[in-house]
Amino acid sequence: MRKILLKSIDSLFEKIAENETLYMPQDTKSGAKFEKWQMGAKLSDALNTVRSAKDFFFPQTENLMDFKVEGKNIEVIDTRSETEDFVVFGVRACDVKSFDILDRVFLSEPVDTYYKNRREHAVIMSVACTKPVETCFCQTFDIDAANPEGDIVCYKTDDMLYMDAKTEKGEKLLSTLNDITESADETAVNEQKKVIKERLSKLPLANLTADKFGSGKTSEFFDASEWGELSQVCLGCGTCTFVCPTCQCYDIKDFSTGHGVKRFRCWDSCMYSDFTKMSAGQPRLTQLERFRQRFMHKLVYYPTNNDGLFSCVGCGRCLSKCPIQMNIVKVMKKLGGKENA
Amino acid sequence: MQEINREILISKAVELMENGTANRVLGWGKGEFDYDITPAVFNDANALKDNFVWGDFCGANFSKYLIKETAKGEGKVLVFLKPCDSYSFNQLLCEHRFDREKVYAVGIPCGGMLDINKIKEKCDGILSIDEENGKISVNTLYDGKIELDRNEYLSERCINCKSKKCVAYDELIGENGDVLDSKRFDEVEKIEKMTPDERFAFWQNELSRCIRCNACRDVCPACTCEKCVFDNPNSGVENKAASNEFEEKMFHIIRAFHVAGRCTDCGECSRVCPQHIPLHLLNRKFIKDINSFYGDYQAGETDCGRAPIVDYTTEDIEPNEAVERGDGNA
Repeated sequence: MRKILLKSIDSLFEKIAENETLYMPQDTKSGAKFEKWQMGAKLSDALNTVRSAKDFFFPQTENLMDFKVEGKNIEVIDTRSETEDFVVFGVRACDVKSFDILDRVFLSEPVDTYYKNRREHAVIMSVACTKPVETCFCQTFDIDAANPEGDIVCYKTDDMLYMDAKTEKGEKLLSTLNDITESADETAVNEQKKVIKERLSKLPLANLTADKFGSGKTSEFFDASEWGELSQVCLGCGTCTFVCPTCQCYDIKDFSTGHGVKRFRCWDSCMYSDFTKMSAGQPRLTQLERFRQRFMHKLVYYPTNNDGLFSCVGCGRCLSKCPIQMNIVKVMKKLGGKENA
Repeated sequence: MQEINREILISKAVELMENGTANRVLGWGKGEFDYDITPAVFNDANALKDNFVWGDFCGANFSKYLIKETAKGEGKVLVFLKPCDSYSFNQLLCEHRFDREKVYAVGIPCGGMLDINKIKEKCDGILSIDEENGKISVNTLYDGKIELDRNEYLSERCINCKSKKCVAYDELIGENGDVLDSKRFDEVEKIEKMTPDERFAFWQNELSRCIRCNACRDVCPACTCEKCVFDNPNSGVENKAASNEFEEKMFHIIRAFHVAGRCTDCGECSRVCPQHIPLHLLNRKFIKDINSFYGDYQAGETDCGRAPIVDYTTEDIEPNEAVERGDGNA
């Protein structure tokens, strides 16, 4: 465990950025956002970023390959560039957990090499949540905001930042910071963990449970009459899916450049009317079906295929950002029986 | 503060359902917290008593929902219209987008809506929000009660409210208000005064944050195409995400053109933008130009008639004059 005075945190960032590209939450006109560190950049005080940390590994748009057409020849051009190592500071426990959920999709066969490449080059410095807010419900999914995962786990106290390396990558990075950090014991961090746990227990959504949902529950919820009421005012926009750290659907499109084709992929949303449209038509014709798909995927289908793991991390972004304030908490409370009423 | 309370609205709704005027109510439903209110359809008095709310976070404009709701079949839907919603209501009628006979509209006064994002900038961990005598009192997890001046936390569209007058209704609760002399074009004027490079940089900065969630379009009462060209795989211009920087700007500029002359300036686009892009400024620029080229015009002021840019009169501004004026201040 190492520590550094919070007032010297800029020197920590400067030191890391000497060797590697560093990203950290900074305040922008849109709220906190992961941005590249540059001299003078200030760490945001916000609890979390508006967009999630999935963007680092699964960007909104990405050029997959180009096709150059000359006469009857088509040349396929690999547009991938070598990813350099990079460090992300300030990832919260919920977002770190989302990487596990995304990994199970992108790193299972056939492996998504674009995703894998970026994932392997990243060092994650997570930060425990000193002040979780009313929209937080990571506890529902057994995520501990006092003990985030990550290569280096950081804790902020009133005046100090503590850093604990958890992986080899983390050890390596932390050892390069020895000049400006001091060795520390666990006393202050343990104290901080206690404070965080106490705070988590007092959150308004602390008792929300997902016990009713999970693996193999399709038939229990698929035809529930509540979907009609829940989905009737859904606008069908993609805000929830795009700010969600675990939504991972994408579309692949060919874009004519005039001399050939650029093949890119972009985030897609099951809320959209043309999502997974096939030659035979659209499998989900109404907003009810699309809305149900999103929540069934998080609460039933994904756990069914992934050892019971839910694909929601309780970050609360959809609670803040949905234009009509419909979200997974309201869905769980409506469908989840008495326990959640 | 709101002049009327939820009980008045609930008793009006119950009365209208009991006497057979309407068989359901489109209203604001209670959320998890005091501020996350969801539009809802209420089918009986009990549902209203349990979940209907009216207060400082009832910003959602229901007019567009009437298209779907009136297509549902028998009976009238009761809808509560704030003054700004009533303009959208009229504009949709003007465009024959829903059946007026299937709606019973009750106009209600509005004291302006609060912007939860502004409150969240000051308060972490909001447990409750109460309002009294122009002060809002926010009970927080870590800092106890925080008192804020209500006027400072109003939404931009409410600070620059254009009208307190309900322009469409079957009946009114309370006195009707007046059209106001608002400062809503001040921000547009500031942008007009920028050099072209500054203006380009301004919009580049704003629009580059767009994540193409389409919330602005989907909430917009003027965007009611059954199939948006950007969602239609056969249109050739469908795009779920911008493939380059030009497209990023294109979407919003094209959308602003498409709603020009029909946008009532309800401000829903900016309210719902998860990236806080001031989209309403694009629409206001068009409104301001239409006012200066053709005389003052407010979309949705009435439920019929032809808007200046889809009409022709011999008094119309000549194209060259418009271009010259545009050079000066556009």
